[in-house]
Amino acid sequence: MAADLGPDMAQQSAEHTATGGAEEFLDSPAFTVSGSGDWDDLVDEATSLHEERIVVNMGPQHPSTHGVLRLILELDGETVTETRAGIGYLHTGIEKNMEYRTWVQGVTFCTRMDYLTPMFQETAYCLAIEKLLGITDAIPERASVIRVLMMELTRISSHLVCIGTGGMEMGATTVMTIGFRERERVFQIIEMITGLRMNNAYIRPGGVAQDLPPGAIDKIRELVPEIRQGIRELELLVNENPIVKGRMVGVGHLDLAGCMALGITGPMLRSASLPHDLRKATPYCGYETYDFDVITRDTADSYGRLRVRLDEMYQSLRIVLQCADRLEASVGDPVMVGDKKVAWPAQLAIGTDGMGNSLDHIRTIMGESMEDLIHHFKLVTEGFRVPAGQVYVAVESAKGELGCHLVSDGGTRPYRAHFRDPSFNNLQATSIMCEGGQVADVIVAVASIDPVMGGVDR
Amino acid sequence: MSADDLGQEVAAGATSGARTVALGMPVVIRERHGMFGATAGQDTTGYGGLTVPVVLPGGSERPYGGWFDACVDDLARALDERNTASDEAIDRVVVDRGELTIVVAREHLPVVAQALRDDAALRFELCLGVSGVHYPGDTDNELHAVYHFQSITHGSKRIRVEATCPDADPHIPSIVATYPATTWHERETFDMFGIIFDGHPALTRILMPDDWPGHPQRKDYPLGGIPVEYKGATVPPADERRAFN
Repeated sequence: MAADLGPDMAQQSAEHTATGGAEEFLDSPAFTVSGSGDWDDLVDEATSLHEERIVVNMGPQHPSTHGVLRLILELDGETVTETRAGIGYLHTGIEKNMEYRTWVQGVTFCTRMDYLTPMFQETAYCLAIEKLLGITDAIPERASVIRVLMMELTRISSHLVCIGTGGMEMGATTVMTIGFRERERVFQIIEMITGLRMNNAYIRPGGVAQDLPPGAIDKIRELVPEIRQGIRELELLVNENPIVKGRMVGVGHLDLAGCMALGITGPMLRSASLPHDLRKATPYCGYETYDFDVITRDTADSYGRLRVRLDEMYQSLRIVLQCADRLEASVGDPVMVGDKKVAWPAQLAIGTDGMGNSLDHIRTIMGESMEDLIHHFKLVTEGFRVPAGQVYVAVESAKGELGCHLVSDGGTRPYRAHFRDPSFNNLQATSIMCEGGQVADVIVAVASIDPVMGGVDR
Repeated sequence: MSADDLGQEVAAGATSGARTVALGMPVVIRERHGMFGATAGQDTTGYGGLTVPVVLPGGSERPYGGWFDACVDDLARALDERNTASDEAIDRVVVDRGELTIVVAREHLPVVAQALRDDAALRFELCLGVSGVHYPGDTDNELHAVYHFQSITHGSKRIRVEATCPDADPHIPSIVATYPATTWHERETFDMFGIIFDGHPALTRILMPDDWPGHPQRKDYPLGGIPVEYKGATVPPADERRAFN
């Protein structure tokens, strides 16, 4: 039909533009893109359902999904009707790899899981090994204090990243710059003590890799007031900021019942008013001897979590200073368990080719003590054996309960190492926190979970 | 096993017959061969093909110590109240390194979970997830699903519940209905070990791609890797290096 009228149409069209008169075409059949008009019925049928379902993949490479998290959102306009989290994009098989390395080497693997909280994985893993070995009580006091110090510094740096990136995702660049600036100060201390900013592998089965270097305590005392001032600056910027409150108050709500059902721990649980903190509930590394408070809020929303994290950093600073006092009082004490069959020689020094065994130590084992040489050789090549059995040890990471389930078959390697990463568990709450809200709230809600995909996917 | 198998990593089927579950008897999961770590026996040269059984702690006898006795009693009572024979559901109780492990028959796992959560004397509100373990030598119980629970109400007590299933029939009932927190954990254990959690709302792979063949954390799944050359020397992949296990 259209083909028949083609030449006429062209002619009419030419006349139309030439004359500008339209009235003479009123009686002609109208031709639209849908043809003769029978499509209209189909269109009416489709629109009558009012199904404007749009499924949007947010991620895995979206800058505001915290790494390679993939959120599959079903949208109705701006409203999120369904949320699913797709994970696994950063799965590196760390747990499998640990089964092929000695117990000591495992530290360098698990530290890379949640790369913002390396000390917590290291501590959980080492505490689990020590429990399997039955040497928990033999860990030197100074080593435990250093562990607590490192964990609390890590908690501060993790919270700073959470708040900083969370602010950046809402468009507040200054929150991010302050957060990272203060984190850099924390890293100065961590780097001075461990030699590395991240992936430290500093905490070892039986103690820590090395004692504090000279001047570390002074550095801590110098930087803690600066960090406190920086956190205060962050607080002044965000706490009563109308934009922050407008974006965060009531967003990502998850009440206590929801938290318990989903196994949520950490700042998310404490923002729902339950003062559950493993540092108080099941103390490890001597946490029961430190003076600090468990922070809670009753709002159960993103804003409450922000405030919990801010206040927790002050508490961590309190613990850091208590650690500094104790470390000053215990200079010279051992930082590694006395059992030579377990203790990796904790005497390291900077050489021309980087960090390595100190020359004094090498001189001793090569020149003076055959027994030390044998121990060193056996530890480095074979590793130590751990009696068969299984344990579960949990520490309060910056994100919640970080559990380590270790199984030994009596060998020199873990038979199975499983980490219960808090981010992995907490990310399950994405759906319940986001559905029914706006797309923009998804960002805020996910940021308040503080997931790190390295830990989630392992 | 012959001397040819000396040093073989996974001695699947080396242990004979079914697992010992008698009280106080350790659970033999495999045998270790070779010169390293074999402390039992007379041959100290290491060349005679030393074998040493790998044993996990077996069932403990009462008293278990501490609050463990009361907890096990409470669980038995709560199971009886739910019309489940507690001696059938509870296979054995293992107390090791100050931790309480209750090994349950897999078909009774959901009611055990229900009892752990709902009974006022137990009240383990938090389920901290599932961890799978693969024991190829533990005949007819190759796959273990290990659950950890914590009771915030009763002073942060922890218990471990373990259910096993054979490789040939890798089914364990899901406890997602009781503990929604285990949704992802069960998916992960399915993904990594191939344990099928019956009744899970959407048991799909979670870490590996959907079309991935095999279950990576099983002991018969190779680690993989390539040799790396560095300054003229070649370092073999981790699973082919000399091991002292």
